[in-house]
Amino acid sequence: MEHTPPPFFVRGPAPLVRLAFFASLSLTLLVLDARFGYAEAIRSVLALAAYPIQQAARLPVVLAEGVAGYFASQSRLRAENEDLRARLLASALDAQRFESAAAEASNLRRLIGAAERLDRKVLPAEILYSGRDPYSRKVIVDRGTQHGARPGSPVVDDVGVIGQLTRAHAFVSEVTLLTDKSEAIPVQVLRNGLRAIAFGGGASGLLELRYMSANADVESGDALVTSGIDGTYPPGLPVATVIRVERDASYTFARVLAQPVAGIERGRYALVLSAGARSPAYPDDDAMRKGAKTRRARKPMADGS
Amino acid sequence: MPVRTGTIVGSFTAALLLDFMPWPNVMLAPDFVALTLAFWCVRQPRRVGLATGWALGLLVDAGNGVLLGQHALAYSALAFAAIALSRRILWFDLWGQMLHVLLLLEGAQAVALGVRLAAGAEFPGWSLAAGPAFGTLLWPLVTWLLLLPQHRPALLDDHQL
Repeated sequence: MEHTPPPFFVRGPAPLVRLAFFASLSLTLLVLDARFGYAEAIRSVLALAAYPIQQAARLPVVLAEGVAGYFASQSRLRAENEDLRARLLASALDAQRFESAAAEASNLRRLIGAAERLDRKVLPAEILYSGRDPYSRKVIVDRGTQHGARPGSPVVDDVGVIGQLTRAHAFVSEVTLLTDKSEAIPVQVLRNGLRAIAFGGGASGLLELRYMSANADVESGDALVTSGIDGTYPPGLPVATVIRVERDASYTFARVLAQPVAGIERGRYALVLSAGARSPAYPDDDAMRKGAKTRRARKPMADGS
Repeated sequence: MPVRTGTIVGSFTAALLLDFMPWPNVMLAPDFVALTLAFWCVRQPRRVGLATGWALGLLVDAGNGVLLGQHALAYSALAFAAIALSRRILWFDLWGQMLHVLLLLEGAQAVALGVRLAAGAEFPGWSLAAGPAFGTLLWPLVTWLLLLPQHRPALLDDHQL
């Protein structure tokens, strides 16, 4: 091997070797990320590096919106103002009714000895843009771990549930929409209290109630609200309206499709509710055995975390 | 006419900016990073290659919140193919080049599609192929723009433009 090429002809490893190297590196990362979720640390660093570029990329849009807003006609602003005032009045009425109802409910609950529901903290957020990934349905909101956003928090808009905060970066967070194929939400038919689980329908933009028996009491037009039994979503939030029920005698389950009520693909603003403050009070074995200590053991769980 | 490093870095930064812009329909938006990467791999295979593609891919993955490694794999494959074809592509006129670039970009998109399907996503529809097609249409513009800093009319070569 005395004949080696002079340094200016050295080109490093062969291209195919490089391809094999980088491909195996990528595949390792993919498997680590998709199967085991070990890549979150690398991801958060990279996301922080990408953040300034993302912010800069939004600048033209923000500027254009600012200019458009500046030149918005006065009549439109006035109409919007009127509309908002009317809605504020209606909301104030609702709020008063809610206050009294909540007081009454808490009284009743205290009577039956149930744990009082804790108020969730609410974090207003602006939807920046939809995720640049045609394979999933996500939006990016402008609240991150720095503002107190935590993964798992439900995200709602003024009409109903939008989805769930699935990944929190430092300054922005990813919200997986209800229509995403991997998203599921426990719901209840408002009319009769029937419980079900709604799965995202993917590209169709609908939700699907799976595992509903063929004779289940669901009709088209039924309102679906969160049932709250998972401890993640607070109960009673509007989720969807049933639009089609297909019953086929040859299948065990009915096919129920529902249209989400919230502006899942449209809205601009959203509220991030703090993730289930009440950790589900599963009866643990110790507490079961020493029945007397149950109440004391549960208390720190209820107002802590 | 050596290419300044600043030109390459600047073009990739601009491509990332364009990629992260809030496009109304992500399926139809061209992937500017892939396009720029293909361009530099064809023009400067000694300076821009798989490592650049892989690092850019990771950045795009993290920025878009997709599986880490999806774009990294696609861009590595794209860089490899572009470098392998670089001599051949430069012999063609713009139309011939665009045909090659179309194949390269669609191939990169197919790699990403394969990764996502393997990870359990559903097929989002055939308009997925439209993004690379629109990207290909931008090839003449990209060629003109990125060769502008090196442009010296006295040394104009038929094959280079």
